[in-house]
Amino acid sequence: MPSPFLNRRTLLATGGATLATGATGLLTPAMAQEYAPTASMRGGANNYRPGAPIVERIGGGGFWMSGTVRRAGDGAPLEGQRIQIWAHTTEGHERDWHSHGATLTDANGEFRLEMPQIVPAFGQPHGHLAYDSEEYETVFLRPVMSSAGDTSLEAHFILQPA
Amino acid sequence: MPLLRATLIWAATALVLAVPLIAAALSPLLEWRQPVYIAAGFAGVTGMALLLIQPLLIAGLLPGLDPLQERRIHRWTGAALVLSVILHVAGLWLTSPPDVVDALLFASPTPFTPWGVIAMWALFATAILAFTRRRLRLRWRTWRIAHTALALVIVTGSVVHAILITGTMETVSKITLCTLALALTLRVAFDPGTLKRLRRAR
Repeated sequence: MPSPFLNRRTLLATGGATLATGATGLLTPAMAQEYAPTASMRGGANNYRPGAPIVERIGGGGFWMSGTVRRAGDGAPLEGQRIQIWAHTTEGHERDWHSHGATLTDANGEFRLEMPQIVPAFGQPHGHLAYDSEEYETVFLRPVMSSAGDTSLEAHFILQPA
Repeated sequence: MPLLRATLIWAATALVLAVPLIAAALSPLLEWRQPVYIAAGFAGVTGMALLLIQPLLIAGLLPGLDPLQERRIHRWTGAALVLSVILHVAGLWLTSPPDVVDALLFASPTPFTPWGVIAMWALFATAILAFTRRRLRLRWRTWRIAHTALALVIVTGSVVHAILITGTMETVSKITLCTLALALTLRVAFDPGTLKRLRRAR
């Protein structure tokens, strides 16, 4: 007597469904989806100057740029990664050397660098960040402040091994 | 037209044109910009003001001008508009070359940029057409349709461009100027009275 719970029809239906989701990648672990690599943003690399020094803070400070750096896939926080930051601020244009600085992430993959207040330039109050070391793929970000009066801005990196 | 009415119209026009420039001159952002960048911004604001003069002239709304004078001033204002856009783009290019290259290639991250670039090309096309229409022997009707279509692109593009920008222009004066420029352009483009007027003056 055939089992009421497992007949040829249910076997085909569940087996087919499992194949369809599993083999096509529709059913992937939630973790891996959460940590897809960050793509560079349009205009992110504008006025980039390679090799800005690691600094305690850029200029006189008063504004905080912060964020996190994680590894693509498992999302592990990456320590000691160099993040370069520049913007049009109250103390200089994006192209000025003194508007550029870099900092390193801590054990939690977090970075935080004090810099002068960002002011609107080229139509939007925005900052630029770069991950440009060799270990992972280069990423340029260009976050926009929701208001020109904001005194902090965040940007997050998920890096793909190079 | 009574003198008082004429004076009031001229005064109101001067006010609508001057206030955005004065307000932009008082913008706190200027303190943190280099002279070239400031000049580029003002070239843009001036261009927006010139956009309002054009339909005013063609609609015959400015008192004391005869149709010939209106059209002559319209041509010179058009030339000034081209110059202001060239100065705007050149000044921005000197300030930040990669941002302007992105803009011209339609690869800019800012949503207002393509509107401005499209308006710029429509303006240049209008200028070229105005210069060559006799040589091309364009019929008046063809010229009128082409110029009107391009003018609508120029004004719409410039207005959206200006409104989406967080820049030196003060919001209320900017929106007033933009609304008036757009409304007058639409009137000049679609009002049968204006068309009749232009036909007579041709």
